[in-house]
Amino acid sequence: MKKLLTGNYAASYGAILSRAEVISAYPITPQTQIVEKLSTMVAEGKLDAEFINVESERSALAVCMGASATGARAFTATSAQGLALMHELLHWAAGARLPLVLVNVNRAMAPGWTVWCDENDSLSQRDTGWIQLYCESNQEVLDTVIQAYKIAEKTMLPVMICMDGIFLSHTQEVVDLPEQEKVDRFLSPYKPPFSLDTSSPHALGSLTPPHVYFEFRYKLQQAMDEAQAEIEKTGKEFGNTFGRDYGLLDEYLLNEAEIIIVALGTVCGTCRVAIDRLNEKGNKVGMLRIRTFRPLPKKKIIESLKDVKKVIIIDRNISYGHHGILHEEIKSAFYRKLNIPLFGFIAGLGGRDITPEDIEQMVNYTLKHEESDTDILWWGVNK
Amino acid sequence: MKIFTIPEEENMNPGHVACPGCASALSMRLALKALGRETILTVPACCWSVIDGPFPYSSVKVPLSHIAFGTAAAFASGIRAALEIKRKKANVVVWCGDGEAFDIGFQTLSGAAERNEDIIFVCYDNEGYMNTGVQRSSATPIKAWTTTTPKKYPKQELKKDLMEIFAAHKIPYAATATVAFPEDMIKKFSKAKEIRGLKLIHILSPCPSGWKFPENLTIKISRLAVETGIFPLYEIEYGEKYTINHTPKWLPVEDYLKKQGRFAHLTKKDYQEKKEYVEKKWLELKEKSNRLKN
Repeated sequence: MKKLLTGNYAASYGAILSRAEVISAYPITPQTQIVEKLSTMVAEGKLDAEFINVESERSALAVCMGASATGARAFTATSAQGLALMHELLHWAAGARLPLVLVNVNRAMAPGWTVWCDENDSLSQRDTGWIQLYCESNQEVLDTVIQAYKIAEKTMLPVMICMDGIFLSHTQEVVDLPEQEKVDRFLSPYKPPFSLDTSSPHALGSLTPPHVYFEFRYKLQQAMDEAQAEIEKTGKEFGNTFGRDYGLLDEYLLNEAEIIIVALGTVCGTCRVAIDRLNEKGNKVGMLRIRTFRPLPKKKIIESLKDVKKVIIIDRNISYGHHGILHEEIKSAFYRKLNIPLFGFIAGLGGRDITPEDIEQMVNYTLKHEESDTDILWWGVNK
Repeated sequence: MKIFTIPEEENMNPGHVACPGCASALSMRLALKALGRETILTVPACCWSVIDGPFPYSSVKVPLSHIAFGTAAAFASGIRAALEIKRKKANVVVWCGDGEAFDIGFQTLSGAAERNEDIIFVCYDNEGYMNTGVQRSSATPIKAWTTTTPKKYPKQELKKDLMEIFAAHKIPYAATATVAFPEDMIKKFSKAKEIRGLKLIHILSPCPSGWKFPENLTIKISRLAVETGIFPLYEIEYGEKYTINHTPKWLPVEDYLKKQGRFAHLTKKDYQEKKEYVEKKWLELKEKSNRLKN
């Protein structure tokens, strides 16, 4: 069934179709509609779940963690300040190997107060041990929630799904709602390998001396490595069932491209328009969309970029004192593998528009320069 | 005459790593006797993060999850929600120190109390951050020494009144207890188990290393806290019905205070002030307990 849905409602339907059993969240613009929708569905008896209205985002995640540790499928959603408030528990959830799914609606961090989009909120959580998947469309948001449970419960790692605030969260698109029966066949009920169960008492998260802590962390990294194959497999299976394929990365006109734009989130949609225009004029430009940011599919990235002359990275984020976060990641993937000039643009912070014309001009700059003049190519800032 | 017996079933193993004379270890043993094995414990950062034992050991015979400081009541709410959706039954219990209940987890507890979550929230109150080496908390009594309220400038503020704060939340049950009155403690846990909604059990938990007293005096000090009127044993139902479980013998407050190094610097004036405060609080409690008598 096709429906006109905002990104927020697409995320809600994803949780509903995945039969989330315990949902807890705290309202924050631009995420609020996700929890409004879910609480209504639970109240109307359309979703057999427990919905818990808590007093903070930290408690929302704690509720989900308690539920997950007791063997229930749990869901939460947040944004920016809320995600930052969850920070300590993000580490805990991953360390405790709880297969939660969290939708983060990307919003710039205050101050000053802002509800508009950039990706600093979730990218600055990259070291917490969560799988991070970035979406380009509302359809992808819905589809990714369903896939995320399968990935999380297989790898015992929590998954954070990121969608750009306002651009997706508050924009309606046509979304194909999968049938519940099909989703049930694709995603079986959660069977926890361990849980808080009185018939088999264990202590979780005990004091862990140095002679074992290290091994737990090694296993977390191993799970992250294995997650790459799992994300790919799940994306393909999803394609077989629902007709929409997903992979670790998303390539656009890569073959024969001389310049490739690397980006994540909704700016990729804008890139597609700009690239079509540029290529009509005889340029050879393509795009590599980083759908999977953690684990970072380094080998695939190298494979996709190895024959290109120049790489543009568009970061709607910044690591202060360094440069764009995606820029840094690509650079590290390149180390001793590729020696291609990188052009690291920072654009659109705090929700400022990035238009197809902006992207065309970024490409034109790159065409005219052998190397980037500076570490950061600020785009559109009034210096 | 009704004979009260304490269940023989032991749900806590020897070999835990509490300090000698720790009241919170004794309290856990008694609590689990009353609650039984169909119990799930949530333990935020507190002495019990250590006492239960290092990985892969646990000193209790029920499932226990450690969790980050300040999140226990929310984590336990999640456990309850999962049990509900799976149509399973168990006592969902938070076991925490005064750091969680009075301070860092206060907001979370208030949220859970307002939602009237079906959990038993137990605070073993050792009146300070003992696990980090005796620092002041908002449960530390006035004039007490801690490493962050040195003798030259001991704590200047009154102890936060947890029971009254949660009485104001109108939770179905709140009770105080100590290990010197094990029958009373067991009765309270047994009662809490049968009530739906949020139950608060506030245990005064004397700490030999933090309060500076010999470890063989834990029970005596617990008893003195009650018999001097400093820590009365009482229950509050729905924030309205107050029941006093034991009338103090009104031993001098000095009997309690002088046994503890943390009060060694107190003057006669301090004792007098303490006495007056205890009497005032008792009268308030007495008045409240008379309100719904008929």
